[in-house]
Amino acid sequence: METEILHHTRASFQDHLPVLVILVPFLAAPLMVLLGSRRLSWPIAFGASVAAFGIAILLLAKVIDGTEISYHIGGWAPPLGIEYRVDAANAFVLLLVTGIAAIVLPYARESIKTEVPVRHHTLFYALFLLCLTGLLGVVVTGDAFNVFVFLEISSLSTYVLIAQGSYRDKRALTAAYDYLIMGTIGATFFVIGLGLLYMATGTLNMADIAERIADQGGNRTVRAAFAFIVVGVGLKVAIYPLHLWLPNAYTYAPSAVTVFLAATATKVAVYVLLRFMFSIFQPAFLFEVNTLEFIILPFAVLAMFAASFIAIFQNDFKRMLAYSSIAQIGYILLGIGLLSEAGLTAAIVHLFNHGITKAALFMGVGIYVLRSGGSFLDDIQGLGRVMPLTSAAVVIGGLSLIGVPGTAGFISKWVLVQAALEKGWWPVALMIVASSLLAVIYVWRVIETLYTKPPASDVIAGEAPLSMLVPLWIMAIACVWFGLDTDLTIGASQTAAQGLLSGSAGMR
Amino acid sequence: MFDEFTGPFIIGHMNYWLFIILMMTGLYIVVAKGNLVKKIVGLNIFQTSVFMLYISMGKVTGGTAPIFPHDLDIDPDVIYSNPLPHVLILTAIVVGIATTSLGLALIVRINEEYGSIEEERILEIEQAITVAENTAHGDVMGGRG
Amino acid sequence: MRHHLILRVVTKFLVGTIMLYAFYVQFHGDFSPGGGFQAGVIMAVAFILYGVVFSLEQVQRVFPPWIVHKLAALGVLVYGVTGLYSLLTGFNYLDYTALSPHHPEHGQHYGILLVELGVGITVTGVMVAIYYAFAARNPIISDEEW
Repeated sequence: METEILHHTRASFQDHLPVLVILVPFLAAPLMVLLGSRRLSWPIAFGASVAAFGIAILLLAKVIDGTEISYHIGGWAPPLGIEYRVDAANAFVLLLVTGIAAIVLPYARESIKTEVPVRHHTLFYALFLLCLTGLLGVVVTGDAFNVFVFLEISSLSTYVLIAQGSYRDKRALTAAYDYLIMGTIGATFFVIGLGLLYMATGTLNMADIAERIADQGGNRTVRAAFAFIVVGVGLKVAIYPLHLWLPNAYTYAPSAVTVFLAATATKVAVYVLLRFMFSIFQPAFLFEVNTLEFIILPFAVLAMFAASFIAIFQNDFKRMLAYSSIAQIGYILLGIGLLSEAGLTAAIVHLFNHGITKAALFMGVGIYVLRSGGSFLDDIQGLGRVMPLTSAAVVIGGLSLIGVPGTAGFISKWVLVQAALEKGWWPVALMIVASSLLAVIYVWRVIETLYTKPPASDVIAGEAPLSMLVPLWIMAIACVWFGLDTDLTIGASQTAAQGLLSGSAGMR
Repeated sequence: MFDEFTGPFIIGHMNYWLFIILMMTGLYIVVAKGNLVKKIVGLNIFQTSVFMLYISMGKVTGGTAPIFPHDLDIDPDVIYSNPLPHVLILTAIVVGIATTSLGLALIVRINEEYGSIEEERILEIEQAITVAENTAHGDVMGGRG
Repeated sequence: MRHHLILRVVTKFLVGTIMLYAFYVQFHGDFSPGGGFQAGVIMAVAFILYGVVFSLEQVQRVFPPWIVHKLAALGVLVYGVTGLYSLLTGFNYLDYTALSPHHPEHGQHYGILLVELGVGITVTGVMVAIYYAFAARNPIISDEEW
């Protein structure tokens, strides 16, 4: 065979960032299992997620001005090869996901000691990292089928993580089973949609699909594909009528898992929805078919009210927050349903702000569970006096959930109301405010029980361990910080929204 | 009229019809059967229908297996089927196996904890737990539970 | 199944053959249909057959569960490190050219062999682990019930 001198420019560390962000947690997980050391597993998991966080920061710094990075796996150029693509929209989501992972892990260490048997700890961290890998992969990839594969990696590990709650409450098993059935149906719908797209276009690269769809207009195969993909991803997002897996899964999963899922998994699914709606099916297609606002908007509003209403009547703080999550997803969908730049910006801002708010609140719940053995309102009553630091952070999170000025929640609702008014939809704007009032009711119920009732007699007195308090307070401070300094959140969201709205031009 | 209907519409789209029948069979089993194992079986049928959709998609009329001769001396007259959907489905099958085994493992655990794999029985047990919880924790809240 | 003489004899004869066939599928996957997935499953079948005919304890004595779990992880690492190597030598992730920069075509062969080896190891590990997980849960059916 003749010798072929290859002209090859050495790729540097900077060029590899898009794949490294996935590779670090992906390789750390089997390494942990191979070493099999319980002492080493946590440091490895933590190190990997911090490294991924660092890489995500570097990536965001590179793309925040609107540039894009394309990485060719195996050196095969797209559209034939698999491409990883980073722009402002997904770098922002990467930052959220890796950041939450790096903060949840120190918290998880104490939390799972009481909730998961010690012999499962190594596998627990390995699964956590696999879940992280899946979520990051979904975000970073530019190949449509790759999204499915990564989505399933994260989902399968999520089912197992939820089932780990069975040592505290056996209903975690049925919750995981339900989620498995629903999630698999959703994923399969998604694959059917991809298959139809492949039939219509003959390619799987997102940018390439977008380009070829544009030539076809909206033929029936493409429309069917759109419907399948929206329903399939909608199951993962927990769009209102498809949300039934969520309350049980969040309630019975181990606390650390709930924090991680609530803050990242649904957000990543929303990102997939955005990516497919806007970058692949053009905004023009959405406007033209024009059914989107009539489908998404009513369900979004229904979610805001129905789920908030159910949340009011919950006696379990954790379950209350789970229902509140469904309502908050309603706000995000509302932003998408407005189909305007301001609406999309609001959706992406809320995606981030709700992520940190819910992380703070669920972390608080986890600490209460650790100290008082349950998250029912009478388990946590009076803990405001026994555990002042934890409860103060929970109150901040609660205020952010309501949307009190000065917190992150206020910013996203403010942007959302503005977007609705800009479209002239003042009834929608009123409904946003009205449903926030429902949030006031359920958050107030918690604050009331925390501070005005005497603590139950069998409560273990004292604050939570520092390794849980610090992550909680990081999240609580983030809630305030992003309520005051909006440069990062709104700035990045605007760039992302502009990129998304320019359709496939944003993928070039 | 009849020929026009059966020809292109039914025979011509046979793979799609079979896909739809299998898909609906699978979904029906998932929704209608109360036995957890049967639900997993339904899920498998549902997923298999998608595999069939993809694989039939890759078929090129008159095409042969897409394996090039060893010396890469390709005869331009030979038509090859499209191998890409098959590769995709290989991945999807692996995902399906993982889902099935995980689902079955969960059922084993559910059976150990609940003593049943019938949905009705499990729901009854869960209902009882919820009622017990609400009576234990509801009073403190002024009976609002 | 200690009383089923024929099954036992045939199994003893088959296990080796199945393993050999698994290796054939594994390493010939470069030129013909086959590869890590298929080979891994065939390899696992050898162990599962042994476990079904003799007993779970006996197969676990040959192939203990902890090794099975480590193998499943090891395979993934083989795959990942192959990619990492090309990354460290300045090529893109999983660019097999890195394995033999002056003969890119050789590089492809080496790369596929390594990656498929990783896949094969993991699939063997995972399939056997699934069998162990389910078989260990239920009491083994006694000979009289057959």
